[in-house]
Amino acid sequence: MRLFTVAAQEVRVGLRNRWVLATTVLMAALALSLALLGSAPTGVVKADPLAVVVVSLASLTIFLVPLIALLLSFDSIVGEHERGTLMLLLAYPVARWQVVVGKGLGQVVILGVATVLGYGSAAAALWLRGGVGTQALQAFGGMVLTSVMLGASFVAIGGLASTLVRERATAAGLAVGVWLFFVLLYDTALLGVLVADQGRVLGKSELDALLLLNPTDVYRLFNMTASEAVSVYSGMAGPGDPAALPAPVFLAVLAAWVLVPLALAVAVFRRRPL
Amino acid sequence: MTVVAEWRAVTKRYGAVTALDHVSLPLVAGEATALVGHNGAGKTTLIKLLLGLIRPDAGTVRVRGTDPAGRGAAQVRRTIGFLPESVAFHGAMTGHELMAFYARLKGAPSRLNAELLERVGIAHAAHRRLATYSKGMRQRLGIAQALIGEPQLLLFDEPTSGLDPASRRDVYEMVDRLRSGGATVLISTHALAEVQQRVDRAAIMHGGRLLAAGTLAELRQGVAAEVRIRLQVRTCSITTVLALLPPQARCIERSGTQLTLLVAPEAKMATLRAIAQAGEVVEDLDLAAPGLQELYSHLVGAAQEEEGEAP
Repeated sequence: MRLFTVAAQEVRVGLRNRWVLATTVLMAALALSLALLGSAPTGVVKADPLAVVVVSLASLTIFLVPLIALLLSFDSIVGEHERGTLMLLLAYPVARWQVVVGKGLGQVVILGVATVLGYGSAAAALWLRGGVGTQALQAFGGMVLTSVMLGASFVAIGGLASTLVRERATAAGLAVGVWLFFVLLYDTALLGVLVADQGRVLGKSELDALLLLNPTDVYRLFNMTASEAVSVYSGMAGPGDPAALPAPVFLAVLAAWVLVPLALAVAVFRRRPL
Repeated sequence: MTVVAEWRAVTKRYGAVTALDHVSLPLVAGEATALVGHNGAGKTTLIKLLLGLIRPDAGTVRVRGTDPAGRGAAQVRRTIGFLPESVAFHGAMTGHELMAFYARLKGAPSRLNAELLERVGIAHAAHRRLATYSKGMRQRLGIAQALIGEPQLLLFDEPTSGLDPASRRDVYEMVDRLRSGGATVLISTHALAEVQQRVDRAAIMHGGRLLAAGTLAELRQGVAAEVRIRLQVRTCSITTVLALLPPQARCIERSGTQLTLLVAPEAKMATLRAIAQAGEVVEDLDLAAPGLQELYSHLVGAAQEEEGEAP
């Protein structure tokens, strides 16, 4: 019960300082522009416009959603500590795990509302223009779900950063570092390693495992390969075997990327001296 | 005399720093206790222990017989009201919303919140954003949240720091009302002179050690602090008066017509008799019993000398 009180307060603050509004508008604007402008060429090739949008929107999500999630969460513990409200909050009959999980839950709700409304508006716009197939709709639904899960994963990672440090500025720096690492550096580094290795040590299964170690890659693989309607446009459908792993595995791994950092954050926060 | 909460031989270390060194102190039901000391004396650490936010390295902490950092923690915290030393609530929320949030956390009915805001005198601003509150109003809101759920034990950490005199007086009046309502109050402060009329007991801390604790009368007895006598004498008669005084009376200040003496309590009457003998040259006399401030300075001074860091 207190968990939801903490979460509701987080959402209320998000509504009040216009985080909810700003993220929803931003995501709707990007999704709509991709949907309306990006799907222009599909008229010629008779492709499902929504399936095309899933591909471009998923690529955008990988950059945007982790960033928003980290911005929402890096402050959650260390910010309260700096304002002096953390000690007061913990003086109330609320457990430390309830504070960490409740705040994370609230931030995921903020991000979830923005994603569903923002991306949903794009889907609705395309639906109204017609030509949207059920398969593409399913893929879109899967993308919205995994986008929220990806966000939740980075909310948990940001929350962990927030419990680890003593100053807001350090937490912000750490959040930026996390974003750079998972979103930009990891894939580039992996590519470099693969090129250098020339397939001597790293086989297909090792590569799969390495990709699962980055939540953004898990998200990418799920959305690019999970649906046949989409994989055609993502360039992942080929003569080989594109989806080595079934979709539920990706979902399970993504869920682990939410729960493990969250559990770590709780464990760290319980030991944190005040 | 019921003990509501107590620290028993509590030691707390932060790395190499000993924040509390073997401190034992009870909080007596229905009484107000002042926790006095400089910054870093260990006042906030004592409060954190009572709230169960930290655990002692040695000794025990009990609130109504329960360990506040143990299994009954949530139950203990429901019965405590706490005002932290410096708190900056989220500026985007209103006073009303903040109270509703804290009431829900405490499992207390929200309908009493308006009354609490009324009691601390900020009911008119209940629906304004906290960013527009003055320092005094924010402190009042802090007190209002501490009163949620009618806690019988109230911990105020530096409740008057940074407040103007009028707000300070209001804060102390609130403390008086709480105490007369039967609540046990702990106020940490470094302004001893301010609280001495408002509390039943005082505990004097320095460098993590409890230097003295007890009722104000007990504290005054325990330490033979000197009585201050201020004399107004006729021009050019200071030497005459000084010659009459017993040797125990120390003159600490003299000007043309004024003389300030410090006298040990046992030599007080002898000194007064000597002054009476001086006759008409003494025009006025002002006698000040040692206040808690003098007592505090005396104790801290002695503690510092002991540590070899005498001023």
